[in-house]
Amino acid sequence: MSVLPTVAEPMGSVPAAPGRSSLLARIWRDRNGRIGLTVIVLLAVIAVLGALGVLPHDPIAQHPAARLQGPSSRYWFGTDQFGRDIAARAAVGIWTSLRVAVVSVAAAAVIGSVLGISAGFFGGWVDQIVSRFIDILFAFPAILLALAVVSALGNGWQNTAIAIAVVYTPIFTRVSRGPTLTVGGAEYIKAQRVLGTPLPRILLRHVLPNVSAPIVVQVTLALSWAILTESALSFLGLGTRPPTPSLGLMVSDARNTVATAWWTLTFPALAIVIAVITLNLLGDGLRSALDPRRDSRP
Amino acid sequence: MLNWRWLGARALGALITLLGVTVVVFVVLRTIPGDAITASLGIESGTLTPAQRASLEHFYGIDRPWFAQLWAWISGVAHGDLGLSLTNGKSVTSLVASSLPVTVELAVLSALIGTAFGVVLGVLAGSRPGRASDSLTQGASLVGLAIPEFVLGTAVVTILAEAFHYFPDTGTFVPLTRSVSGNMSQILYPSLVLAVAFAANVMRTTRSEYVEMADADYVRTARGKGLSPGRVRRSHILRNATIPIVTLTGIQFGYLLGGTVIIEQIFALPGMGRLLFTAISNRDYPVVQGTVLVIAVLFVLVNLLVDLLYRMIDPRTRAS
Repeated sequence: MSVLPTVAEPMGSVPAAPGRSSLLARIWRDRNGRIGLTVIVLLAVIAVLGALGVLPHDPIAQHPAARLQGPSSRYWFGTDQFGRDIAARAAVGIWTSLRVAVVSVAAAAVIGSVLGISAGFFGGWVDQIVSRFIDILFAFPAILLALAVVSALGNGWQNTAIAIAVVYTPIFTRVSRGPTLTVGGAEYIKAQRVLGTPLPRILLRHVLPNVSAPIVVQVTLALSWAILTESALSFLGLGTRPPTPSLGLMVSDARNTVATAWWTLTFPALAIVIAVITLNLLGDGLRSALDPRRDSRP
Repeated sequence: MLNWRWLGARALGALITLLGVTVVVFVVLRTIPGDAITASLGIESGTLTPAQRASLEHFYGIDRPWFAQLWAWISGVAHGDLGLSLTNGKSVTSLVASSLPVTVELAVLSALIGTAFGVVLGVLAGSRPGRASDSLTQGASLVGLAIPEFVLGTAVVTILAEAFHYFPDTGTFVPLTRSVSGNMSQILYPSLVLAVAFAANVMRTTRSEYVEMADADYVRTARGKGLSPGRVRRSHILRNATIPIVTLTGIQFGYLLGGTVIIEQIFALPGMGRLLFTAISNRDYPVVQGTVLVIAVLFVLVNLLVDLLYRMIDPRTRAS
C-alpha cells in the first residue's frame, strides 16, 4: 500500500550476528539483498548524474518543436507536453525523491531511536511521557499526518521531508524501545553501571549496538515508504514545487497526455516502482543478514 | 468471556489519546502564520478598520487567550460542533456528515475485495511453497505494494475512458440507498484500485502464516490422525492463521479511512479526502482541523475494535 508504513517484524532483543564478515558481504549472500544492493547503487548513480546536470538533455528547458515525441535514440524515454526530455527529468526526479527520503528517514531514525532508547533505558516518567506522545502521533493515519504537517508548513522539499520525518519518528521510537527494555536489564549492562562507566558510553557502546538490527531494517522500509509519500504529496501539488522535476509531479502532468503519449506516465511510474521494490528487497536482505538465526537455514 | 477490566483500561487509554489528539490538532493549526481573518479575506483583510478587525476577531474567538480558545474548541468538539468553514460559512460538522459516508463505503468495499483476494491468493501460494504459483503470487504482491495508487488510479481512469468510453459521473454522488448501480459505477473502480495494495498485504501475511502453521506439530498430529487435507486446512491451519489476518485487515482498514485523499481526487469522489484536500488548498483551517480530528477518532476506534476482536478470536490472550 502506497500510504501504509510497514513496521518491521519484531526481532526481540536478538543481538546482531557477531561480525565474522562485513554487513555488505552478508547482504550480498542473500539473493534479494544482492538484487536490492545492485539496483539501489545504480539508481543512486543515475540520480547523481541527473543532479550534476551532466546528462545530454536539460531537464527543465522547454522545446515546443519537440512536444510529446515517443522514445527514440535522441530522447530515450520520449518528451513531455513541453518538449522536455523525460529521461533527464526522471533522473532528477529520482534525485529529488531520494534526497527527501534520505533526509527525512535519517532525521526520523535519529530522533526516534534517541526517544525510544531513552524511554526503554530510563523507564519511569521519561517512558511515560515518550510513550503517551508516541501514542498520540500513532492516532493519525500516516498520510493524514503528513498532509496535516504539509498544510501547516507549506510545500517545498524541506517541508515534505519534515512531514515524513514526523510520521516516521514514532515508528522508530517503538522499534527501538522494546529491545532496549530487554537489553537494559541484562547483566552486562548492570555490570557496566557498577563499574562506573559513563552513561553516554554505556548507551552508545553497549545498548545501541544491541538494538540496532531492527532499526536498520526499519530504515530501508521507511525509505521505500518515504519515496511513495514524497511522490504522492507532489502528485497532489503539495510536495516539490515545479519546475523542479519530481516523479509525482511527472505522473500528475501525464494525466493530460497519457491517452496519446503512454511514455509520459510509464517511465516516471516505473522509476517509482523500481525504487520501492529495490528498497524492499534490500530490507529483506538486511533482515536475513542481521538475523543470526538465519545462519543455520539454507 | 471478556475481561471487563482490560476493556475499561483500554477504553480509558483511547480516550486520553483522543484528548491528546484534539490538543495536538489545535496547537499545530495555531502555529500557522496568519490568522483566521487573513485566511478568509485574503489581502482584503488589510483594508479593515480597527473596529471591523476587532469585531471579526471577536466573531472567530481569537481575541481570547489561547487556553480559553482551546477550552472552547474542546467543549465544542464534545458537543459535536467543529466550527465554521472559512470559505463557505457552512458548519464543519455538516460538511463532514455528508462526506464521511462516501469514504467509509470506499474503505469498506476495498477492504472486502482486498481481504477476499488476499486470503485466496495467500492460501494458494502458501500451500505450495517454492512452486511456480508461489513465486508468481509473491512477485505480484511485491509489485502490488510498490505501485502507487495515484499511478494505478491514473492508468485505470485513462483505460476506462479510452478503451471503454466510460466516464464516471463526477457531477453528484449517488448514495447506495438511491441506486445500487449508479453508486457502484462511481465507487467500484476506485475501490478496486485501493484493493490492490490491500490484497497484496493480506496475501503476504496469509502466506507466511499458512507456511508456518502447516509446519506446526499439531498440524502433523492432525494429519497423522488421518484427517482429510481439506479438514486440516480449514480447521487447523486457517483457523489459527485468522488471528494475524484479522489484525492486519483491521489496521489496514484504519489506514484506508485516512488514505483515500488521492483516489478521491482522481475519481472526483466527494469524500473526506477531497474535503480535506480542498480545505488545505483554500487554507480553510477549521475544515482541515475538523476532518483530521474526525479521521483520527475513527482510526483510534477501529484500532480499539481490532484489539477487542483479536481477544475474542484468540483465547490465549484472555488470560493475561
